Amino acid sequence: MGVIIAKSLNEACVVLAENPATTVLAGGTDLMVQANRGMQSMDSVLDLSRILELKEWTLKDSEIVLGAGISYTDLAEPQIATVVPALAQAARTVGSPQIRNAGTLGGNLATASPAGDTIPVLVAMDAVLQLKSSSGNREVAITDFITGVKSNALQAGEIIQSITMPVFQGPQEFLKVGTRNAMVISVVSLALVTDYLGRKLRVGVGSVSPVPFRATEAEEFISQEFDWEKNSSLSEKVINKFSDMVADSTKPIDDHRGTADYRKHAVGILAKRALERVCANGES
Amino acid sequence: MSRVQTSDTVTKGPRIGESALRPDGIPKVKGEFVFSNDLRHPQMLWGGTLRSPHPAARIVSINTAPALKMTGVHAVLSSEDTEGMPLYGLEHPDQPVLADGVVRYQGEPVAIVAADHPENVRLALEAIEVEYELIEPLSDSKLAQEAKAIHPDGNLFRKIDLIYGNSQEDGEIIVEGTYEVGMQDQAPLGTESGMAIPSEDGGVDLFVSTQWLHADRDQVAACLNLPSEKVRLTLAGVGGAFGAREDISLHIHLCLLALRTGKPVKMSYSRTESFHGHVHRHPAQMWYRHHAKSDGTLTRIEARLLLDGGAYASTSSAVLANAACFAAGPYRVPSVQIHGAVVRTNNPPCGAMRGFGCVQVCFAHEAQMDKLAIALGMDPVELRLKNALKSGDQIITGQTITGTAPVAEVIETCAQHPTSVGAASEQMELPGGAGRTADPKNIVRGEAIAVGFKNLMFSEGFDDFSTASCQLLDGVATITCACAEVGQGFVTLAQQIAREILGVEEVILAPASTSNVGSAGSTSASRQTWMSGGAVKSACEEVRIRLLSRIAESHDLDVESLVIVDGGIASLSSNFSISLKEATIESIEVEETYRHMPTHPLDENGQGDAHVSFAFSAHRAVVDVDQELGLIKVVELITSQDVGRVLNPLQLQGQLEGGAAQGLGLAVLEEINVVDGRILNPSFTDYLLPTALDMPPVEIAALIEQPEPNAPFGAKGVGEPPAISSTAAVASAVRNATGLDLQRVPIRPTDIVFSEKSEND
Ligand SMILES: Cc1cc2nc3c(=O)[nH]c(=O)nc-3n(C[C@H](O)[C@H](O)[C@H](O)COP(=O)(O)OP(=O)(O)OC[C@H]3O[C@@H](n4cnc5c(N)ncnc54)[C@H](O)[C@@H]3O)c2cc1C
Repeated sequence: MGVIIAKSLNEACVVLAENPATTVLAGGTDLMVQANRGMQSMDSVLDLSRILELKEWTLKDSEIVLGAGISYTDLAEPQIATVVPALAQAARTVGSPQIRNAGTLGGNLATASPAGDTIPVLVAMDAVLQLKSSSGNREVAITDFITGVKSNALQAGEIIQSITMPVFQGPQEFLKVGTRNAMVISVVSLALVTDYLGRKLRVGVGSVSPVPFRATEAEEFISQEFDWEKNSSLSEKVINKFSDMVADSTKPIDDHRGTADYRKHAVGILAKRALERVCANGES
Repeated sequence: MSRVQTSDTVTKGPRIGESALRPDGIPKVKGEFVFSNDLRHPQMLWGGTLRSPHPAARIVSINTAPALKMTGVHAVLSSEDTEGMPLYGLEHPDQPVLADGVVRYQGEPVAIVAADHPENVRLALEAIEVEYELIEPLSDSKLAQEAKAIHPDGNLFRKIDLIYGNSQEDGEIIVEGTYEVGMQDQAPLGTESGMAIPSEDGGVDLFVSTQWLHADRDQVAACLNLPSEKVRLTLAGVGGAFGAREDISLHIHLCLLALRTGKPVKMSYSRTESFHGHVHRHPAQMWYRHHAKSDGTLTRIEARLLLDGGAYASTSSAVLANAACFAAGPYRVPSVQIHGAVVRTNNPPCGAMRGFGCVQVCFAHEAQMDKLAIALGMDPVELRLKNALKSGDQIITGQTITGTAPVAEVIETCAQHPTSVGAASEQMELPGGAGRTADPKNIVRGEAIAVGFKNLMFSEGFDDFSTASCQLLDGVATITCACAEVGQGFVTLAQQIAREILGVEEVILAPASTSNVGSAGSTSASRQTWMSGGAVKSACEEVRIRLLSRIAESHDLDVESLVIVDGGIASLSSNFSISLKEATIESIEVEETYRHMPTHPLDENGQGDAHVSFAFSAHRAVVDVDQELGLIKVVELITSQDVGRVLNPLQLQGQLEGGAAQGLGLAVLEEINVVDGRILNPSFTDYLLPTALDMPPVEIAALIEQPEPNAPFGAKGVGEPPAISSTAAVASAVRNATGLDLQRVPIRPTDIVFSEKSEND
């Protein structure tokens, strides 16, 4: 077993180009679980955790670019949290302090679990991933990147360099249901992002389908009903319809973490509560 | 409950009644404590176990040849390679050391491997070829008694028809309910691990984390076909037990591999393997009917109890006896009819877990008491007080309580304790916690109290004893006892006792082992403080008597005038004095065996003086519930417990907190999900233990100190009661908050969200 600790992105790309079978390691919070179960080859490993470029973030032209190596702990810090509050809220729901210190945004995306907590937020925001390899760079939309349950569009030799998303004006909410009050895999999750300038409410849902997705019909409906001038509270009928439309857009399954019925029900409740909070926020 | 330390005790080591810091506490926090998993030997091999992936199958063939040929592999053994007794078991042997022709649960050991590296062990296990012929698993305990026997011993481990009193009359008020308890796991943080080292005499030394060294030794020796003196067990650092280590797991396998290879062999279960590799708490289905007068006096209880024992016997029969004997709760009931059964299925084997049969029935009898209170329009606390057992009353086995029974005291102090929680101020503190799902307006609050009780020590005529020796030399006491320290506090208690009785400061506790002393019995049934504490106390007292008479004789003094003070012996009638060190240049050593009062088997009606002593506890829980999402947050847990006497306040607090956390876990989180005999969640990803956000601080309302007659120092065992009434209290509080029936624990989100639906199904 050989481990190469890369110091720069270029170095990492060269290593990967030479040996595309190399296992990429970031925080290790998904990878080591697999390795310990004997389900992940660790014959040759490329460690990204010392590459400073991957931990950088920049805010420019109403866009935020987050390095793939940024940890959950850093995502929840005020500098980032004030720009993308829903992502910070999602980061805070992840695991325990140890996991949040080690686990990274890039790792969450590459793992591409239906329950990955950052994904509904990034989906709601139409985030774009910057992928890098020794043969060049390319950009992929989040919905094209995640191609199925735990599968992604990374090609041999590619590394996720960063994730870019628009900075929206308006309140954001991320809610996640788990049976335990902390340190739990999501049973359902939902992100609601308001875009005052674009007059659009954006909804991303997780753990209710093989791939987190946007509830576009519910978005259309509520964006029309929403009071963009005064942001006054909505009628119960409208809120309930939105909640039902979000629930109806999902195709959840039964598993040992929750039943399909419960997931459908709960995602509707999350939609309703997120919407009520967004309205209440606007009022104050 | 903190006790004032006098200036005296600051410089002296802790005596009885004073808080004693565990010697292993700080090393554990720093990662310096040597757990069984940390054992190393320069020549050691690694062992591994091939387990059945199927809950029920015939083994058509096992081919170990491909594995044996692999690099680094030293031995591959299947049932054909064992020479001793092929079966083992704590109560009676019915479980194969290695599956012989048939597997009866998912995870049953089929073959074992020793190799030079864990990775080679893994590869060798993969290379063993086993051909199975699948059998439809018997997974429904309700069908077990009628179904075809899945074991030569049949599918019924035990049944008990307990009949007390002769009234069959209906009461003025009747409430009825059906209850269910899911399968809880002890989930000790240290997985099963140990090391066996072959010895020159053809025997073997086994270092292992366990609860009962001598019972292990006897089972291991029989299965190895060795005389028991050639099998020596020494306790290795234990990472929690809670009943999971009362049965054999890897013990025999390790010894077989060590003897076969002639080398030390180490084994350590993975977390998933651990979930498959030890017994669990019995799932229970219970039906109850309570009868009462309109003033709330209980007149009769009927119940049917069905426990799922899984594939092998373990301690199932004793668990059922407890469930039956304590089925009515700590209440006076003139007439009781209970039918209880524990059956064999192809589900994971069940055995000992903290609370041992009392946890399941407490959940049910307390739900019934709440139901009765509602039917009567009576305050639930008043109803419990009205029927509370007291000393001199009979329990439902016809046994009169001769010891203390402060049931009313635990209820009253717990009920009256002021609450200290306000409304949650942060979203994180609401149900859903870090997931940010709730706002205060989504929350309902509920509160409830529950009471439970349990027997201390082993029951039903079991010859229950502990052995300890005390040696006093150069002013230093050395205590030798095979009591397994699994976190309960014997390490500090033994020292406290020696100091208290002998006036010494330095007390050495020899390693717990089968080679230097007789059995201490199991560290279970809340029994070691009483039993091994009793043995240490007797040994120290005898040493003291011999010491004082020796000094009296050699200095021509009246032995009655001698006292031990300030590390020396002095005479009250002269100015003679001598330091303990000087007085014990010649050693004094005494071994004592301690037995509790004899108990008796239950008769054919489940009647008899089967138990030694009883301990009572009450919990009061306050919960917040998000009804729309079915999420729960326990915001307050208050407890009172009948403890006899407090020996080590700090350790006692630890037991009360830890037990309540386990009880809370069963109420709202912890369940091994078994479908068709298969465990769906054998990992901490999905077997959810309470986190700091799930478990509120435990508020101790009162420790009732009424010394128990016949108990050493008057102290009762304290380990199990905290895990008994806590589950019932939390579940009742959720019922109180939601108004739902909630007849099952753990309470799942769907039980709350879809309750009406499931009711109509
Ligand atoms: C106890 C525990 C609790 C957890 N709780 C949660 C939770 O609440 N919510 C949640 O969503 N997840 C949770 N996880 C999963 C995990 O923490 C996250 O998915 C995390 O984001 C993974 O990031 P990492 O840096 O640790 O990735 P690693 O484990 O290092 O890698 C994961 C995968 O991503 C690949 N990878 C990593 N970085 C890159 C990159 N820059 N380019 C290309 N490929 C890359 C790796 O090759 C690997 O395949 C938990 C895990 C544990 C162990």
